[in-house]
Parts: sequence; structure tokens; C-alpha cells
Amino acid sequence: MLSIISLSLFGILNLFLGFLKSRRVLLPATLLFIALAFAANLLDWNHQYVYFRDMLRTNNLFINFSSIILLTTFLTVAISRSFGTDEEHTHPAEYYAIMLFSVVGALMMVGFENLIMLFIGLEILSVSLYVLTGSDKRSLRSNEAALKYFLMGSFATGIFLFGIALVYGATGSFNLSAIGSYVSGGPTTGISPLLYVGLLFILAGMLFKVSAAPFHFWTPDVYDGAPTLFTAFMSTVVKTAGFAALYRLLTVSFTGVYGLWWQVLTGVTVLTLLVGNITAVYQSSVKRMLAYSSVSHAGYLLIAVAAKTPQSPSAILFYSLAYSIATITGFAVLILVAEQKPIEGRPDERYEAFNGLAKRNPLLAFSLAVSMVSLAGIPLTAGFWGKFFVFSTAVDRGMTNMGMVLVVAVLMSVVGVYYYFRVIIASYLKTGDSEPIGIRPLYRFILVLTTALTIGLGLFPDVVRQLF
Amino acid sequence: MLTLILILLPLVAGLVVLGLQGRVIKRVALLAALIELALAVYIFYAFRPDASSQFSLRYDWIGSLGISFSIGIDGISLLLVVLSTLLVPLIILSTFNHSYRNPSVFYALILAMQSALVGVFTAKDAFLFYLFFEAALIPVYFIAALWGGENRIRVTFKFFIYTFFGSIFMFLGLVYLYFQTPGGHTSDLAAFYALQLSAEQQNYLFWALFVAFAIKMPVFPFHTWQPDTYVESPTPATMLLAGIMLKMGTYGLIRIVLPIVPLGVERWGTTALVLSVIGIVYGSIIAIQQRDMKRLIAYSSFAHVGLMAAGILSQTLDGLQGSLIQMLTHGINVVGLFFIVDIIFSRTNSRELDRLGGITQNTPNLTVYFIILMLGSVALPLTNGFVGEFLLLRGVYEYNTWLGAVAGLTIILSAVYLLRMVQKSMFGVRTALTEHVTDLNLSEKLVLLPLAIMVFAIGLNPNAFLRLTEPAVAQLLQSMVK
Repeated sequence: MLSIISLSLFGILNLFLGFLKSRRVLLPATLLFIALAFAANLLDWNHQYVYFRDMLRTNNLFINFSSIILLTTFLTVAISRSFGTDEEHTHPAEYYAIMLFSVVGALMMVGFENLIMLFIGLEILSVSLYVLTGSDKRSLRSNEAALKYFLMGSFATGIFLFGIALVYGATGSFNLSAIGSYVSGGPTTGISPLLYVGLLFILAGMLFKVSAAPFHFWTPDVYDGAPTLFTAFMSTVVKTAGFAALYRLLTVSFTGVYGLWWQVLTGVTVLTLLVGNITAVYQSSVKRMLAYSSVSHAGYLLIAVAAKTPQSPSAILFYSLAYSIATITGFAVLILVAEQKPIEGRPDERYEAFNGLAKRNPLLAFSLAVSMVSLAGIPLTAGFWGKFFVFSTAVDRGMTNMGMVLVVAVLMSVVGVYYYFRVIIASYLKTGDSEPIGIRPLYRFILVLTTALTIGLGLFPDVVRQLF
Repeated sequence: MLTLILILLPLVAGLVVLGLQGRVIKRVALLAALIELALAVYIFYAFRPDASSQFSLRYDWIGSLGISFSIGIDGISLLLVVLSTLLVPLIILSTFNHSYRNPSVFYALILAMQSALVGVFTAKDAFLFYLFFEAALIPVYFIAALWGGENRIRVTFKFFIYTFFGSIFMFLGLVYLYFQTPGGHTSDLAAFYALQLSAEQQNYLFWALFVAFAIKMPVFPFHTWQPDTYVESPTPATMLLAGIMLKMGTYGLIRIVLPIVPLGVERWGTTALVLSVIGIVYGSIIAIQQRDMKRLIAYSSFAHVGLMAAGILSQTLDGLQGSLIQMLTHGINVVGLFFIVDIIFSRTNSRELDRLGGITQNTPNLTVYFIILMLGSVALPLTNGFVGEFLLLRGVYEYNTWLGAVAGLTIILSAVYLLRMVQKSMFGVRTALTEHVTDLNLSEKLVLLPLAIMVFAIGLNPNAFLRLTEPAVAQLLQSMVK
């Protein structure tokens, strides 16, 4: 809870910092703010609190999820280097502030105890992201992406809200536990059909936000059009928060109708895995590939939600952590490589831009390779254990239920190797420019950190997993 | 503790090599590999010939999941540890006449590969096994993809995806088995052996596990990655692939498939055996038609490994013992043959049988070694190949007469393609290419001499190895009956 309050205040403070002449102070200040919020967040470890008359609930699970969100935000902000230097971002303070505000929304989504709170959190997050997507003011594609995201996002929000209303109509409450006891307690009149429809509407809204197929159509265009930094932010923070919320909602309130949403989710999972992975193969831009890869990872995470075993939360946590770290690294390298040789003023994000990267900057190539290997789920990286834990939940649930999903997931992770390795092949095996790429110390530090984390978690997953 | 040193030593040496420059790199790499060999030889002599797992070590790795870092050496492991530690120094020595770009990375990758291979052969925990199994893939992929021939990127990529495809199904199978273990779950292989699985479960598991190893070996029809990869890879990578890595597949069959899913083997073993036997004949026939020497040996390796797989799947003592001794033998012979092709290629710039010939006049030493290794592969009595093939064929024959008869064709067919290769490349009329071929130099002799000695040593005294593996194999077959 302290983290939510402190981040709100820091965001406002950040806006005021924007009045200062020197913009140098902005980046360190924002990093400091996030670090403080992170520390404040940890203070509540092993305590359970309920706030605002049952609106928010914090416990260790909340702290774990919000720590991952804050960590990814920290990493994203740390790689935001071009702010303040180029014309387009003449108001960097605003963007930092909006990022902090959107994290507040994400944290609410993690800790909600009431559907209204979930809605508010989701909206804070989404509205901030609409703005960030369009922050590259002069780029047509950025604007298009923002508008597209806004229109489709609003539509999804509308359906989501409609779902909440229907559930309220059926149960007479917005409170998660109250809904839960209605659903599993089995009212004498039987469960109202309104609840089923409401649940499906809520699911559609949530699945839209985490970009699961068939609600994913906005994802590639929006991810592609948004400035790469915010693409990294969107594809990690939103996903972590979205899955935390989805899992919480489904397990606390709707365990009683598991038979219904399990079927919906497995169908969506299979579709998401197929669409995300197979479409990713055909991309010629690394950025779009990463966008589709983010769709496919939503599919893997959905497996753990659909399996709903006691191990599911820790599987989702570990997977989100591994995925976020690797994705941020991937995007960080992409930002640097793409801006080396712009084509018609736009960064060159094609695979060819990565040719010969190992010679131009070994560190970049290595951290990129590690992050791709981790995303592909190959052993000795964090991503492998992420897949391991996720697949474990499904196997635990039983082969009769999840066997089909597992086979698809396994096949699709082979497809994943194909497109992730194309980047590695380009950077290590092909020849391209030989002009070295320079990196700033902070950037270098972040890359070393994320790479070390990915390998460290791959060797000793238990270190983190004990906390989950 | 010794086992752990055996795994870590090459890895550490690899990291050291990474920081070195110049000529010293090769020497340090060779030195490390020789120390490793000395350790393995010590273990070989200190090993008590019974079925127990010795030099064991166990740390909790992921305690909360019951996954442990558990390693040890029994007779079956020992043979393969000896094989990998024997071959790696020779492979490193075989590169002394070459200069590769970025030598530090090259040798570091070879050593890392050795570390992973020894890990595979000594792991006693299913997930540890899987981890090493996958980890072995990465160094060899990069060796092949960075230093390989023209089509290397496409070919090695296919190889990588293909083998990854196989192992991920094994992974799924292992996760499933893990959840079948009682209580808080453990991935100890011993616990997997003790599982009582229904026949239906075992049928599925058999394929999930078998496909991974079948691709690695490769067994027909999963072999399409192999010839191209062998040909496009630089010779040291080919030697690693054919000499040692291929044995990960056969080892996996023995260590994982047979004891964990005996009922699955009973149900599907014949199908898999037929596939293996098809591979023997099919590989041999293609080998006969090859013009490129490297490709010819690649197909011969495919044919030979089919026989090893058939022997294992026959589930007889002779079949298993034969396949174990054949793993060792095949590693030695195939590395030697690939090296000789490399020597000829380095002098004539050609591997085409049609363009070679008449080399013998200039090169008595090369000829002798070539013929020794060729005869070993053909399985002439008193050479190493004979022992293995004899036992293997007996095993397959015992399982099914007809299959044994078809598999027996390997004796004739391998003689055809190997003799044809030697005849066309070494004898006959000199060509423009072969006019100035020089004989072996010192480092080449140093590689071929130990291999030739091993050809006869195993051929004359196979019992030195067979007696080590027999108790472990007997125990394994015993456990399958239950």
C-alpha cells in the first residue's frame, strides 16, 4: 500500500521537477523514486492489510507481483536514454510521471479486492499507456497506434465494465469474496445466468489487455508503432499486472465455476500459442517479432492460470519475472541497434540491422543472445525454469485435461526457438557493418545486470522461488 | 568428488582458455584434456566391477522441488566417460595443423562441450540429465555454425531445431514422470525406475522419450539433419558429433527408456527395432553411392548407430553389451576416419572419390592407419568392431531371427562401402590432385597411433571393458522383468 501512495506522490513530484532547467536530474530522480517505492513495498512483507473498506488487500503475493512490476519499471526507466535530448520528447518529466502513474494502476490491479478497484486500476494503466503510445508526436505510426489502441481499448473496457455490472446484478456485490461465496455457496435458486455472461465479458476484457488471441489484433500494430521504450514497458508491466489480476479474480471469485472458465481459457490458450508463435515466424522486423512473441508468452502464462493448482501463482510469478527481464534486455538492445542506421528517419528494426552485432559490440550481442535463449526456454536460463514451472502446473492438473494444451505448447516452443535464434544467427554468424556501437555506463550496467539475473535464475531458481 | 572434478575441469579450463591468446591456447586446451583423461584412467582402474554407482555425489539443488545435483559413475557411465575423455584430447590434437579464427572461443567451446557430455553420462537426476543433454547442444551448434562450410547457417539451424524438437518431448515426459513420484516429488532417476506405471502411460511415455534419443542418434526416419550437418561442420565438430554426441542417444535409451518404461518397450520395441534395422540397410545403401568421403562416413555412422539401437532394443544381455562396446569402438573408428578424410582434404583440397586415387605411393603411414581404422569399422575379427557387431547381431538374432538376418547385412554392406572408399581414394592411378601428397607429420601420427592401438586393444581384449559394464547391464535387465 505504501508503494501505491508513494508512487502517486512521486509522480506529482516528477511533474514539478519538470520545471527545473536542468533535465539531468530527472532520470536519477525517477530511478530513486522507483527504488524508494520498491523499498516501501517490501516493508509490508509477511503482513496482511485490507484498505478502504475492503477495496484493496495486500499480502505476500501482492508484494511479489508488485516487486516484479517495480523492477521492470526501474529497468525500463534506466534504459530511457534519449529523453531530454531530442526534440520530440520536450517534456520528459511528463512521460516519467505518466509511467509512474501507470504503475500505480498496475499495482491496484494486483491488489484489488473489489471489482470497482480492478476497473479503476485497469483504466489508470490503460489511459496512461494510450498517452505513452502516442508520445512520439511527429511519427504517423505512433499516432495511429495510439488512436487504434485507444479505440479498441475503450471498447474492451466497455465490455469489461458491462461484465462487472452483470456480475453485480447476479450476486449483488462487487466484493471478490462475496462473489466467491455466492458462486461456490450455490444459492437456492441456482446460479443466475447473468453471472455466466458477466464472467465471459470480464474475461474478454482482461484477455484483451494481456493480448491473448483472438483479442490480440491490436498488439502488433500498437507495439510496433509505439516508441520502443514504451513497447518494452507495455509488454512487461501490463502482462504481469494483467495475469496477477486475472488469476486473482478467477481463483477468489469464480473457483465454483472452474468447469466453465477452464474450457474457455484452454481454448484461448491454444489459439494464442498458435497465433503468436506462427505469426512471429513470418515477421521481418525484430520489433514486430517481439510483439508477437509477447502474444505467445501470454499463451504460456494462460496455461498456469487455466491449470489452477496451488503452484500456479508461483509459476506465474517466476514466468513473469523471467519473461520481463529477458524482454527488457531484448528491447534495450533493439533500441541501440535500430538507431544506428535509421532508414528515412525511422529506426531500422529489421533482422538485417543485427547482422554482425557480435563484432560491433560483444556485450550487446551476448546479452541479446542470453535473453533470446531465455525467451526460447532453453536450459540454464531463467526462461527454462519459467516454462518448467508452467508446464508443471499443467501436468499436475492432469493429462486428460491439459494434455492437448501441453502438446501444442511444446510444439510451439520449438517454433519459438526458430524465430528467437534468427536474431542470434544474425548477430553472430552473419556479417554486416563493422562500425562499433558505444554504450553509456548506465546502459552497460543494466545489460550486465539483466544478463546476470537471467543466467543466475537459470542456475539457482530456488533463490527466488522460495519467496514465492 | 572425482566425478564433479571430471565435469568442472573442462569448464574451468574452457574459461581460462577464453582469456588466452596466441599459440598457447591449443596447448592449454590439450593439457586440460590430458589431465581429464588421466583422471578418467584413474577412475577406470579404481572402479570396482559391480553394479553399484561409484564416485557419487549429491547436493540439493532445488530443494523445494526435490531436484538434486546428483552424479555418479556405474559401469555403463564409465565406458562413455572413458570414451569422451579419450577422444577429446585427440580431437584437440587433430586441430594442431589448422588455425581457426578466434581460437580461444573455438577451444573453449570444445571444452565446454566435453563438460556437458561428461555431465550427461554421469547424471543421476532426470532434470540434471536433461539440462546437460541440452547444454551439450549449444557449444557444438556454435562450433559448427561459426567455423563450418558454406551452407553452415541453414544446415546447423536445422540440426538445432530438430534436436531441440526431440528433447522438448523428452522434457515433457520427464515432467510427467516427476509428478508420478510419490510424496513431495523427486526427479531422482532411481525413483523413476521404481515407479509402477500402467501400460497405457508407458506407451505414451515411450514415444515421448524415444523420439528425443532417436533424433540424437539418429534412427530412421529422424536422420535427415545428420549427413548435411556432418558434412558442413568443421572436422572437430563432426568428430564430436559422431564420436561422442551420438552416444548420448544410445546412452539415453539404456539409461532412461529401458528401465523407466519397460512395458512401453515391450509394446513398441519391435516397431522401433524395425526402424533401426531399416536405418542400417538404408544408410548402407546410400553410403555405397556417395562420392564425397565425409558424407560417406556420415551415412556409415547412421547405419552403424542403427545396429547399436537395435541391439539395445533387443533387451538382451548380448545386445546391450554389444552396443556398449560398439559405442566405444564406433567413437574411436569414426573419429579416426573423419580425421583421415580431413588429412586428405588438407593436402588435396578434395574429398571427391572420383578425383582422388594413387595416394598410397607417397604415404605409407597414412595408408596403414587408414586401413587399420577401416578394417575396424568393417568389423574384421581381432579388430574392435568385430566384438561389438558380433554381440549386437547375436542379441538381435535372439530377439527375432528375421530381423537378425536383415541386420546381418551390415557386415557385407559396410565392407562394400568402406573398401570402396579406401580403394578409390588411396589406390589406383594418381591424379593431378594427389601428385604431391605428403605423409603424416608428427601431430597427426600422435592422433592416429592411440586410435590404432585402441582398435587392436579392444579387439584382442574386449573383456577389459565388457566385465565393467556387465553387472550394471545385468541388473538393468533384471529390473525390467519386474
